[in-house]
Amino acid sequence: MTNPNHTAHEPDFDAVTGQSTTGHSWDGIRELNTPLPRWWLWTFYITILWSIGYWLVYPAWPLISSHTTGLFGYSSRAAVALEVQALEQRRDQQAAGLKTASLEEIKASPELLRVALARGKASFAENCVGCHGQGGTGAPSYPNLTDDDWVWGGGLKDIQATIQNGIRWTQNADTRMGEMLAFGRQGMLKKDEIEQVVDFVRSLAKLEPAKGANLAAGKALYETNCASCHGEAGKGNREVGAPDLTDAIWLYGSSREAMIESVHNGRAGIMPAWASRLDPVTIKALTVYVHSLGGGQ
Amino acid sequence: MSSNAAIPDEDGPLYVSAKKVYPQRVKGRFRRIKWALLAFCLGIYYFLPFVRWDRGPALPDQAVLVDFERRRFYFFFIELWPQEVYYLTGLLILAAIVLFLMNAIAGRIWCGYLCPQTVWTDLFFAVERLIEGDRRDRIKLDAEGWSASKIGLKAAKHFVWLMIAWWTGGAWVLYFSDAPTLVKDLATFQAPFSAYLWIGILTATTYVFAGHMREQVCLYMCPWPRIQAALTDSDALNVTYKFDRGEPRASVKQAAQLKAAGQPAGDCVECKQCIAVCPTGIDIREGTQLGCIQCGLCIDACDDVMGKLGRPTGLIGYDTVKAVEARACGTSPPALRLVRPRTVLYAAIIAFVGGAMLYQLATRAFLNLAVVHERTPLFTTLKDGSIRNAYTLRIANKRSEERPIAITLDAPMGTTWEVAGAQQTADWRPIVIVPPDSTLDVRLFVTMPQPQARGPSQMIQIKAADLSFGENATVKDNFFAP
Repeated sequence: MTNPNHTAHEPDFDAVTGQSTTGHSWDGIRELNTPLPRWWLWTFYITILWSIGYWLVYPAWPLISSHTTGLFGYSSRAAVALEVQALEQRRDQQAAGLKTASLEEIKASPELLRVALARGKASFAENCVGCHGQGGTGAPSYPNLTDDDWVWGGGLKDIQATIQNGIRWTQNADTRMGEMLAFGRQGMLKKDEIEQVVDFVRSLAKLEPAKGANLAAGKALYETNCASCHGEAGKGNREVGAPDLTDAIWLYGSSREAMIESVHNGRAGIMPAWASRLDPVTIKALTVYVHSLGGGQ
Repeated sequence: MSSNAAIPDEDGPLYVSAKKVYPQRVKGRFRRIKWALLAFCLGIYYFLPFVRWDRGPALPDQAVLVDFERRRFYFFFIELWPQEVYYLTGLLILAAIVLFLMNAIAGRIWCGYLCPQTVWTDLFFAVERLIEGDRRDRIKLDAEGWSASKIGLKAAKHFVWLMIAWWTGGAWVLYFSDAPTLVKDLATFQAPFSAYLWIGILTATTYVFAGHMREQVCLYMCPWPRIQAALTDSDALNVTYKFDRGEPRASVKQAAQLKAAGQPAGDCVECKQCIAVCPTGIDIREGTQLGCIQCGLCIDACDDVMGKLGRPTGLIGYDTVKAVEARACGTSPPALRLVRPRTVLYAAIIAFVGGAMLYQLATRAFLNLAVVHERTPLFTTLKDGSIRNAYTLRIANKRSEERPIAITLDAPMGTTWEVAGAQQTADWRPIVIVPPDSTLDVRLFVTMPQPQARGPSQMIQIKAADLSFGENATVKDNFFAP
C-alpha cells in the first residue's frame, strides 16, 4: 500500500530523545523508534539468565517417559509429604501424654484434657457424626450423647468399652450383647397383650395410657415377660443394655405406636467396634470428648 | 520556564530522569532546630526498645513491645489485647487531625521537621557533605571521571549510609522482641530468620529512600503534599518569599543605580542561596508549591545574605498569604489569626477524640466474659424431663495475677448450673481459676426443671465475678426449651 506521507528515505530524528524515527508518518503522526529504557532491557536479560538457573535447579523439562529432576531433586509432592510427616510428628508429641495417662488422669490435667478434647472432637466429626449427629445430639434409633441417659453406662470406662468393642458387633468377641425380643413377631404375646403391656409401661414413664386400659393385666404381663431385663420397677439394666423405661428419654420414640412396634418387632441397634479402626490414643480422646458433652457420669 | 530542579518542566517530555539536587551547607536558627529535632526523634527511635518497665514476673519488662507471639502490645503502663486494636483507629484519627491543625497554624511542620523521610534524608545529606564536601565539591566530583579518590569517597559514603540504614532496620525489629536478648541472638546468629529478613528489608528501604530517592519520595510517592494544598488557607503561616519586599530583583549595584534614578528596587539580590540550600531543589520565590516541604533552610540562607548586606532579615520567613498581599497593595497587614473556626474545630476534635480514648482506657475492664450458646444441640432433655442448655464461656483475665472467678446466674427459681471441671461451692457458685494475663474457655451447663411452661426461649444473665477485686462481667443470653 502506498502512502503519500511516506518519507522513508529521509532520516528523521525525534527532538525530545534525539533518536532516529522509523521515518513513517501518517496524518502528521510520526512513528518513533525510541529504544526500550536500559534498566528495562537489563531486567529482561537478567530474568532470562534467572530462568536458566531455574531449569537447572528445579524439575523443568519433560523427557520421553519422565522429566528432568533438577539439581536438588526437589518436588512439590515430596515437600507436602515432608510437611505432613512433620505435622504428624508434632501431633504424636502432643499425644504422647495421652498414651500413658489413664482416663481419669487426662480428665484431671487441664493440659492433657485440652489435647484430648481437640483430638476427640476432630475424630468425632470424622467417625461418629454420621449416626450420632453434630455435637452428639443423636437421632431416633441413635442415642443422644449429651443427655444423662445411658443404655450401656456413661462412665469413662463404659464409654471407652462401647467405642472399642461396639454394640452387637459380632466380629468383636467383647462386644456388648443384649436382645430385645420380638414378642409379637415370634408369637410370645398377642396383639391385645402387647397393647396392655405398652399401656402399663406408659404409666411407668408418666406417659398417657390409652383410655380404659387394663393396667393390672399389663403389669402382670410385664412382670412375666419384661422385668427380667428391664427390672421390676422398669429402671433398666445396663449389663444387658436394657433401657430405663421410667425416664423421659425414648431412643425409638415415646408414641404409643412406636412402643408397640418395639415390643412387636424387638430392637437391636448396632454400633461398630472401633478398636480395629482407630488407635488406642484416639479412642481415649474420643472417650474423654464424649464424656465432656454433658452427660458423662 | 522553571528553575525548579526537581520537578520536570511542564512543556518538556513526560519521561525524564530526575536531576540530582546538591543542597548546600547552611547555618542558622532553623538549621539548629532541625538538628535538635533530628537528634530527639532518632534518639527515641534507636534507644526506646532498651527502656525497661516492670510489670511483674509473668510479663515482659520492655517498655514498648509488640508481642506477636503472645498477641499483646505493651506501652509503658498500657497493655492492649488484640480485641483492643481499635485504639489504633483512635490514634490514627488523632494523628490525622493533629496534622490538619499543624497545617492550619504553620504549614508543613510535619514535612519539614518531623517526617521520617525528612529526618533520615537530612542525616544522609550530612554524611554526604562530611565525606564528599559541600555543594560545589559534590557537583564537581560527580562531573569528573572515575579516579581512585572518587571511588574511595563514594565507597566511604555508601558504606556509612548502609551502616545507618542497617542500624535503622536493626532498631525496628527490637520493638517486636525482648531487645537485649535479641541483640545478643542477632550477634551470635541465633535470632529467627524473620528478624534478619526484616532488618534486610528496612536496611534496603532506608538506604534507597533516604540515600537515593530523597525528594522524589515527597514529590511523587507521598499523598500529603496534594492533600495539604487543599487544606491550607490564606491565614496559615507558611515559609514564604515576601515578594512585596523582594521585587523587583536587582544586584546591590543595580539597586543603587535604580534607586538613584528614582525607580523601585527590591531587596532580593538574586544570589540564589535559597535554591542552593533547598533539599528538594525548588525556588521558594515562585511561591508556595508542592515541592516545598517548608523546612525553613532557605530562611536561614536568606537571613545570612541579608545580614551580610546590612539589610533587615526575614525576606523569606513564616508569613501568611493575606499579610504578603496586603503589604503588596500598600495596606497594613492584618493581625495573625491563629484562632479561627478551622483551628478551633480541629482542636475541638482532638480534644474530643483524645478525651474519649483516655476515658475508655481509664475505665476499661480487666475481666471480660464472652458467651457462646451451644448450637448442637440447642437443648438436651434429661432423664427426669428437665431441660439443659450448654454454653461455652470465655473468661479473660487482663490482670497479671491468677484470679478465682465465680460463675453465677440470674435465672428463674429452681435453675441449677455447673461448670465442667470447676470446684462447686455449697451455694451453687462454681469457681474457676483463670491464669494471669490470659483467657480460659469453660463449659457451663444450665438445667431448668420445667422451662417449657415459660415458653420456648427465655433470657438468662450469666455473671462472672472476681470476689477479691470486686469486678464483675455479665452477659445476657437465651435459654431454649422444646
